[in-house]
Amino acid sequence: MVQNKGKDRWLGVLALVIALVAWQIIAAYIIRYPFILPAPTDVATAFISLLKSGKILLDIEASLVHFAIGLLAALLIGIPLGILMGWNRRFDAFIDPLIELLRPIPPLAWIPFAIIWFGLTAWSAGFVIFIGAVFPIILNTYSGFRGVPRVFVEAARMLGCTRSRDLIRYIAFPAALPSVAAGIRIATGVGWMCLVAAELFGVSNYGLGQKLWFYYNLHQMDAVVVYMIILGLIGLAFDMIFRYWIDRHFLKWRTGEVA
Amino acid sequence: MGNLEIRDLNQSFSKEDGSRLVVLDHVTFDVKDKEFVCILGSSGCGKTTLLRLIAGLDTAQTGLIILDGEEMKGANPKVGMVFQEYSLFPWRTVIDNIAFGLEMQGMRTEERYRIAERYLHLVNLTPFRDSFPSELSGGMRQRVAVARALALDPVLLLMDEPFGALDAQTRNMLQKELLDIREETKKTIIFITHSVDEAVFLSDRIIVLTPRPGRICRTLDVDLPRPRDRTSVEFAQVRRTVLDLINQNCSIQ
Repeated sequence: MVQNKGKDRWLGVLALVIALVAWQIIAAYIIRYPFILPAPTDVATAFISLLKSGKILLDIEASLVHFAIGLLAALLIGIPLGILMGWNRRFDAFIDPLIELLRPIPPLAWIPFAIIWFGLTAWSAGFVIFIGAVFPIILNTYSGFRGVPRVFVEAARMLGCTRSRDLIRYIAFPAALPSVAAGIRIATGVGWMCLVAAELFGVSNYGLGQKLWFYYNLHQMDAVVVYMIILGLIGLAFDMIFRYWIDRHFLKWRTGEVA
Repeated sequence: MGNLEIRDLNQSFSKEDGSRLVVLDHVTFDVKDKEFVCILGSSGCGKTTLLRLIAGLDTAQTGLIILDGEEMKGANPKVGMVFQEYSLFPWRTVIDNIAFGLEMQGMRTEERYRIAERYLHLVNLTPFRDSFPSELSGGMRQRVAVARALALDPVLLLMDEPFGALDAQTRNMLQKELLDIREETKKTIIFITHSVDEAVFLSDRIIVLTPRPGRICRTLDVDLPRPRDRTSVEFAQVRRTVLDLINQNCSIQ
């Protein structure tokens, strides 16, 4: 990243202001048709009235529940699977073709089966997010375990850490953790992107994605933009929290490792 | 105690074309308790293979490794090892690296820190107790690696070119420190190197290996008094003897 990030931050703010002004001018004076492009002022008005109705918080809550189901399931299944594949070559050879066949199927293609298996519940939305999130976690955990330097394992064996379980817990897992964390970060992004589609088929009366479609059907495009912005901001917040957490935990021992 | 007997070790690997590459050929030698033995040879002569067999990291095809009358199989807490490359666990602080072996034994936290701090002091790194390995220089890292290996109080310490990646000054300093540590802890040490200077400075005895297949070419006692002076005439004489051995008798036949 750029060194004088703090000093140049106003440049980014400037770009935001310019985009906002341009948007307002184009919407209000050139297009002049809020259905095609609602102006920022329309969006702000819609946001305030939605906030007053108090529904936005319920939507955020519902979406976070769907997202949590998907991400937690992806962690619970993806990490152990990635560990087993990375640690045991025979298991890897056994399961790898299956995973490589399932992985290219777009998460949204699973929606019909999500409905059939889980019905119109939070679980089916969670399932679609799970499909999107689980593969980055599996693959990064796997490559993290594959990349554990042999000398760490041998040094541990010389120091009396000989059981496979202990080697995984004390050596391979901490060594692979930066890679696992990177996988979780990617999975968070992919899972969040699946959210709108996962809520599209009406698993609940609330949800950011659900409301986005709802207001589209009412042709209230200013409200649609409100939900787009909220989706974007929450996605950004996840990524920032995650990056902060990664920096705090790994930077202290990873700095200078390359040198 | 730390009496090591190596009996008729043979090791070979199959090459891609199906032929066998003999790495160690009938290697037999003894190391006495508290002796400092350097195994000297050019790269590819099988010295690392030999050390890995003694460490129990690999298994020999034939032959016996006997420590204090007991045949060794697999990694053994009586044997410590310092690796050529940096082997400290980067996610653990210096003190937690040194205490790792004790932690694996299930020792309580205060107890293992007490012992680890003693070894931290022995390698003169007390101010770096809570640093991470990435914050240390190469020489410091290898000193921590020595402390970590010693913390389990092994009878035999194996060192695989531990100072190979360091600059000459750091290397000389660490050699001196290693001899001090040996004086204090009375370990039997097998030290692998390709540096004649290092071998003559450190060891009671030098074992010269020939390359491909690895065989013991000559064993040579170094009777120079300690502390040794690198610039002395006697030192230069021993060094020349060893160099001549390598160049004439112990090179590739």
